[in-house]
Amino acid sequence: MIAEIGHYALVLALALALVQSIVPAIGARRRDDTLMAVAGPTALAQFAFVGLAFVALTAGYVTSDFSVVNVFENSHSEMPLIYKFTSVWGNHEGSMLLWVLILSLFGALVAAFGTNLPSTLKANVLAVQSWIAAAFYLFILVTSNPFLRLAQAPMEGRDLNPILQDLGLAIHPPLLYIGYVGFSISFSFAIAALIEGRIDAAWARWVRPWTLAAWMCLTLGIAMGSYWAYYELGWGGFWFWDPVENASLMPWLAGTALLHSAVVMEKRNALKVWTILLAILTFSLSLMGTFLVRSGVLTSVHTFASDPTRGVFILAILVLFIGGGLALYAWRAPMLKQGGLFAPMSREGALVFNNLFLTAACATVFVGTLYPLALEVLTDEKISVGAPFFNLTFAPLFVPLLLVVPLGPLMPWKRGDLLAVVQRLMGAGIAALFAIAGTLAVTSGGPVLAALGVGLAAYVMVGSLTDFAERTGLLRLPLSTALTRARGLPRSAFGTMIAHFGLGVSLLGIVCAATWGTEKIVSLKPGATVSLRSYDLSFDGLVARQGPNYRETIAKFSVRQGGNVIGTMEPAKRSFQARQSSTTEAALLTRGASQLYLSLGDPGDDGSLAVRLYHKPLVLLIWIGTLIMFIGGGLSLSDRRLRIGAPKPARSKSTLQPAE
Amino acid sequence: MRARRNRWISIAAVALALAASTSSFAVQPDEILPNPALESRARELSRELRCMVCQNQSIDDSDAPLARDLRLLVRERLTAGDSNSQVLDFLTARYGQFVLLKPRLGWDTALLWAAPGVVLALGVAGLVGLLRRRSRPGHAEAEQPALTVAEQRRLTKLLGEGGKSTGPSA
Repeated sequence: MIAEIGHYALVLALALALVQSIVPAIGARRRDDTLMAVAGPTALAQFAFVGLAFVALTAGYVTSDFSVVNVFENSHSEMPLIYKFTSVWGNHEGSMLLWVLILSLFGALVAAFGTNLPSTLKANVLAVQSWIAAAFYLFILVTSNPFLRLAQAPMEGRDLNPILQDLGLAIHPPLLYIGYVGFSISFSFAIAALIEGRIDAAWARWVRPWTLAAWMCLTLGIAMGSYWAYYELGWGGFWFWDPVENASLMPWLAGTALLHSAVVMEKRNALKVWTILLAILTFSLSLMGTFLVRSGVLTSVHTFASDPTRGVFILAILVLFIGGGLALYAWRAPMLKQGGLFAPMSREGALVFNNLFLTAACATVFVGTLYPLALEVLTDEKISVGAPFFNLTFAPLFVPLLLVVPLGPLMPWKRGDLLAVVQRLMGAGIAALFAIAGTLAVTSGGPVLAALGVGLAAYVMVGSLTDFAERTGLLRLPLSTALTRARGLPRSAFGTMIAHFGLGVSLLGIVCAATWGTEKIVSLKPGATVSLRSYDLSFDGLVARQGPNYRETIAKFSVRQGGNVIGTMEPAKRSFQARQSSTTEAALLTRGASQLYLSLGDPGDDGSLAVRLYHKPLVLLIWIGTLIMFIGGGLSLSDRRLRIGAPKPARSKSTLQPAE
Repeated sequence: MRARRNRWISIAAVALALAASTSSFAVQPDEILPNPALESRARELSRELRCMVCQNQSIDDSDAPLARDLRLLVRERLTAGDSNSQVLDFLTARYGQFVLLKPRLGWDTALLWAAPGVVLALGVAGLVGLLRRRSRPGHAEAEQPALTVAEQRRLTKLLGEGGKSTGPSA
């Protein structure tokens, strides 16, 4: 019964979406307030019905209702409760349901909080949002219905893929999807602006918080996925340039560019046409990511079979929205008025530079990901494009970008003096030189490129703080004065500084972990010891244990440094009966920002056990950096200017504010 | 079909994870060469070679039996005295370009390798063109169409009103 309610709710949501995609748009065209007012309640009701469908599926999982095919295929009655919740989206159908849940959530948020939007813009935005929603509801109902029943309910489910039975599944997909789908709002705003043929700085002010929120979640979502892969896959890598990873990186690169060009548009009324294009492209790349992962285009040649109707359906959605969006752009964009002028050496110029390199980096990933596919279709020739290609092409595009990161916030708008700004970055330059010299000294002339990388990271970090130090008079004025001044700074300035600083932190982690990581692969018998860097690990023996839905063999290791025991590590191998499959659980020992990483291999004939031990210096900085970026975004989002949204006349005299 | 469909999962890292769903780990202790210089060269080469039955994994990362065979083959060739590029040539002759994770520059891959530069160059060219057009004298005026008669009349009216009352508000 519950599954049927869910199914029915989804059908109702589709009906509402169809109404919402037509009526408000007509209303906006005729300036009919009654028709336009339909959009708000339908958006809220859509969210309520999709929410109901989602709850219904979740109920199926929690109560282990194996008469529902989806639950039968992806759950098991003995699975811990948390995984019963997370396995709702640990499969194709459920993950699409999560996708539309977030889509309708964003629509509802615009309806609920967009009270100060011009009524025609709001109606158009919600209509466009509903076109997307309708397409995806239809996709789910036609090709990926999660509510299908089995005629005879089996006693037990087939269990969730063991690799997914991890806390990562609770965090990574929802964040990633909020990011992907959040860009739909920027897309809807862009299309609505094109339909109206009008766009101004206020438009950018409305779009920016949505883009920023989506960007924050995508950043953290990608980072959490990377950390999950790092500890779960057992070989200690954190980024593999896998097509599915690239599919999430592309919207991130385009979204980052969008975030920066929207600033120019808001402040200076320039780059309008470009910002609109970026908004369309960013969501198009999100859709393409969904298509690449869902259709199996990139993987069908190898291990996975796929349902061709799904691929064709998503391809149709893709063509409709990307093609339609770009066609509308080509038609209407020339009618948009060009805005403020600026000299090449200005903050606008720096942000254009940022957009240029981010777009080029995004294009590189795009071409690298799809080239093998295109070549195979056109010439039947099979090639591979993997990590070595991307490392070689991506890095040269990112280095100039990182060099300009601290420059941007120091540049004045309209027209700036490069020499003066470079002089102000002297401190950052000196820090970089010290970092390079220090690195070379410590590693006794180690890889020069890596030392330069450390220098670049130091430059970005110190350079990001330069603006703050100058504006508050830190190190120059008494601390109390500096603090008072800091309190007066807008939060968005803090946000920029912190997010850029986080970028430097991540870079430092990547360079250090990739360059100075060490590993040891050995066979050990109980009682033997293996040493890496200053750590000695002794293998104390194997212990068997029964988990809720698996059996595991734990290898116990004690870790010593300079003779003192500093901890134990217990890597394990788990075997899951239901799926007849096993996973390896790596053990991690954190020392500061560095980690020891121990993972198990196969047992030998002589009672020995193969182990792989890594020392990853400063590896945690990679993810700490992204967390800092997230916090920076959050601070910027909480800025009064964005919270308030568009300028409004003051309601009462008591709310007088000092000019910013 | 159903059983296969199960394996469809939601997300990037996860799809990747699937490729290694029987994961233990790649390089086994018995494969390692006694000569550390040769071994490090073998590892370096392994990272550039694709495990052809896996989903975009290098043979260094993969624990598929084929990857192990290839790793052993690489080590065999290195021990026999091959240079790095000779090993790559040998494997390409055997398995085709598909085995290389960094495709060689050729007519078929020229576009791939040129893409970053071409996109960047196009972007720069576009920007320079834009700046040129903008800096042409009289451009700013040309961009804004003149007011229509009706607009002009309205403007005069508004300005007149503004003068009478509190002045134009911000």
